[in-house]
Amino acid sequence: MENKKKILKTLFVSTLYLSAFTFGGGYVIVTLMKKKFVDEYHWIEEAEMLDLVAIAQSAPGAIAVNGAIVVGYKLAGLWGALVATVATIIPPFVIISLISVFYAAFRSNVWIAQLLEGMQAGVGAVIASVVWDMGADVVRTKSPLSIGIMIVSFVATCFFHVNVVLVIVVVAVLGVIRALVAGRRKRS
Amino acid sequence: MIYLLLFFSFLQIGLLSFGGGYAAMPLIQDQIVTTHGWLSMAEFTDLITISQMTPGPIAINSATFVGIKIAGVGGALVATLGCILPSCILVTFIARLYLKYRTVATLQGVLISLRPAVVAMIASAGVSILVTAFWGTGAVTLSGINVVMAVIFLIAFVLLRTGKVNPIFVMLLAGVLKLAAYWLGW
Repeated sequence: MENKKKILKTLFVSTLYLSAFTFGGGYVIVTLMKKKFVDEYHWIEEAEMLDLVAIAQSAPGAIAVNGAIVVGYKLAGLWGALVATVATIIPPFVIISLISVFYAAFRSNVWIAQLLEGMQAGVGAVIASVVWDMGADVVRTKSPLSIGIMIVSFVATCFFHVNVVLVIVVVAVLGVIRALVAGRRKRS
Repeated sequence: MIYLLLFFSFLQIGLLSFGGGYAAMPLIQDQIVTTHGWLSMAEFTDLITISQMTPGPIAINSATFVGIKIAGVGGALVATLGCILPSCILVTFIARLYLKYRTVATLQGVLISLRPAVVAMIASAGVSILVTAFWGTGAVTLSGINVVMAVIFLIAFVLLRTGKVNPIFVMLLAGVLKLAAYWLGW
């Protein structure tokens, strides 16, 4: 029992720390989790951690939160999942709460408004660059179906304003069929 | 009532954002800007900018930001809870199956198909951010484009493609360039 309490405490502190100081999104945070729990504490085996990361990435939701849940659950069951999740959420919650107070007060300042406006062009460039990389990955698969899905989804959402939920549901169904067909082919 | 609305909006975002990172962005835009009008497109873009510069997932940051704006700290809590609830249930369930049977579910196969669609939707959200940046709320015409913003975008994009400059620095630089242009009266 003492041991479990200790694990929960370490879990809380490490996930809180990782969440507070990790810039660059979920992929970075799961890598750091692996470093902490596999390489440093030896609480999880490397191969198992890879599967846990795969679960975090394939389930819906933020990867950082999903990663905290799988690792927490693996180490200390439901309590572990809960503790890790809460620890992961606290830093962004506090930081954004503070910022939103300042945002409301500062947005009307003409200089801040100019700065933020310029940053809109900057964030647009960041997204354009990310899309470039992700799109190139899809094109590199040379799968006509994947490339087709990408083009049709873009035209549908960008020019015809088709609801994104509809696109996700349709493509997910398509994906299930594709996975089933591929599985059957492998068997026969 | 507003709490319920916030909860279910962010529940949808949490349930349907596959692939992490920017995958939540189109869904957030759909719920927050298009469906409920809780943020304007310019505020939404500010939110994405802030998310880029602070730790934490975009979805959690948005839940906190929008929740506070609409219904105070209680709203932020409710929205964040809605956002992570699908993860808590689904991931725990999948982890339990995994620890029992030791195979990662066919979910990954489905994810391969979803990936291109997610890229496309991020691109669409990016386009609407750029349209807001270049044209504000005005009509999209060649003569109506904000040249300063277009130039800043190009500089930022080229810097990013070199792969040597930190995105946070690029965004700050973009802000400072705009500030300088304003000061110079452009």
